[in-house]
Amino acid sequence: MYACIHASANPALLIECAQAFSPLVEQAAADIAVLDASGLGLIYGAPHEIAAAIAARARLLGFDPHIAIASNPDAAICAARGFPGVSIVPHGDEAKFLESLPLYLLAPGEEMLETFERWGIRTFRDLAVLPPIGIAGRLGPEGLRLQTLARGELERPLVPLEDPLQFREEMELDYPVDLLEPLSFVLARMLGDVCARLSQRGLATNEVRLCLSLEDRSTHDRTLRLPVPMCDARTFLKLMQLDLSQHSPAAPIVKVQLEAEPVKPRLAQGGLYVATVPEPERMELTLARVSALVGEENVGSPELLDTHRPDAFRMRKFGAGGAGASACPCPGPTLSLRYCRPPLEARVQLENGRPCFLLAGNIRGPIVSASGPWRTSGDWWTADPWDRDEWDVALRDGALYRIYCAHATGRWYVEGSFD
Amino acid sequence: MPAVLRAELEAIAGAPLVLIERPQPDSIPAAGVPEFGAIPRGSLTEICGPTSSGRTSMAIALMSEITAREESCALIDTDDAFDPTTAAHAGVRLDRLLWIRCGGDAERALKSADLIIQAGGFGLVVFDLGDTPLRQARRISLTSWFRLRRAVENTASAIVVIAQEPMAKTCASLVMEMRRGEPDFSGRLLRGMHICTHRLKPRGEMRYVRLHSRLG
Repeated sequence: MYACIHASANPALLIECAQAFSPLVEQAAADIAVLDASGLGLIYGAPHEIAAAIAARARLLGFDPHIAIASNPDAAICAARGFPGVSIVPHGDEAKFLESLPLYLLAPGEEMLETFERWGIRTFRDLAVLPPIGIAGRLGPEGLRLQTLARGELERPLVPLEDPLQFREEMELDYPVDLLEPLSFVLARMLGDVCARLSQRGLATNEVRLCLSLEDRSTHDRTLRLPVPMCDARTFLKLMQLDLSQHSPAAPIVKVQLEAEPVKPRLAQGGLYVATVPEPERMELTLARVSALVGEENVGSPELLDTHRPDAFRMRKFGAGGAGASACPCPGPTLSLRYCRPPLEARVQLENGRPCFLLAGNIRGPIVSASGPWRTSGDWWTADPWDRDEWDVALRDGALYRIYCAHATGRWYVEGSFD
Repeated sequence: MPAVLRAELEAIAGAPLVLIERPQPDSIPAAGVPEFGAIPRGSLTEICGPTSSGRTSMAIALMSEITAREESCALIDTDDAFDPTTAAHAGVRLDRLLWIRCGGDAERALKSADLIIQAGGFGLVVFDLGDTPLRQARRISLTSWFRLRRAVENTASAIVVIAQEPMAKTCASLVMEMRRGEPDFSGRLLRGMHICTHRLKPRGEMRYVRLHSRLG
């Protein structure tokens, strides 16, 4: 049994009214909502009493509907559109009940409506009595469908509205929590629920947002962004514990909100000849642990910046993709530089403008060969310019260093060693 | 190779022969530098030597080879000395490199190395103690080295330790000693540097390599 509510009201109100009676609600049009009324008889009684309850609810929401109850959704829709007030379409007599309705209620195409007009067919009854074989031959399957509708015999399942997919959990705590351990219990339960719901729908997540409401009325927001979709509550919990241990909230927590962004899960087929790569789930956890140890900014893949400034790079998240192959790899063995970060302040003796002795920490000795000066400068239009003379020097013991003199201060530094 | 055959071949070639071992299938050759040889997977290799002996250049050649094979590589940089520009120039794919900068703390570096090796999945893990003071580096116990070696045994990963002197003792399957050679200054340019590699364990012959700078 289906009930149809037809009203020129706000569609959201129409749906709200229908959902007050059944979880299975179809929005057939902006002004029509159909609900599955099976079982409502046990609560409200006869069909006209169900219709009266729906009408009362609609009036409470501020609109006056036309209501029809029928054995199939389309008969209910036609009756609600065609008859004012409440209509109860008797089961088995749908064709007789609907026979007086005008044909345009079936919403045929413009061309088909013109054909019906030409043939003098104007009501449901006119169409219902025609022979189906003749209709099929002249109007095709669409004609047959309209005739079945006119007879009130079209059986189809309801297409219910689905709630937008939201994987959100929230919990107000009985007392403020200021330690990570009790919070972990709350998070474990919430993450478990969210991951179970994601799994049920065959989904995973690549972003988990955590919003902690604090006792001082502020909020503490953290977002876990993952390189690949995952759905493992234990991994998320460990990642959150590591993240919160590094970025702890400023006050005790009174409410926890958790939301996961649903995405399709990662489908990867391993291969015998595929190079070994770290498992993303395990790698994410390992990176979080290493970040907790050495600092988030010290872990990742380097990316070179498009500048002539020495030692210019930035750290990217490992596994996030990047530049790919290096632009012009050198064909042979290359001399590598090892940086001193920060540069080591040095004392350099000059002879005829060329360095002849180097003293910097443990580095000490006469310079036997020097290449330079190589003057570099840049970013003079910013607050952090550089301007210096570089020298590549070899000490008597065979060690090779790059040293430079900063023009702004006149001081010498060891930038690094060649190795 | 018999000395007579060698002499005949050198006479035909008109130059001294350099014998290069063919790398084993389960080993990683240094890209573009056959003189460096190859390092075995599933074991710990040490590259030792003073500053300017070519230790970093050899490690970067290995990293270049690994990343060219679409495998991932991790560098635990105890003293934050790695230069990504040189590495990119040598052919290392930086997007396949995980760089962990430990700011001079050898203990943190060891813990990071342990985490990375236990996680698995890296073709090569380079543990750089090249500039770490010897007193600090020697504090790493033999048990820790043994743990690292055990973690990569029977896997496709290799650990390379860069240090000033051998540290891992019996835990290292291969120990390469690097020695300084003459720098190659040409006019006002540093064109490169000569170095010498010597395999200490298992015993091997000395090989001479010329590393060239970007200008050389």
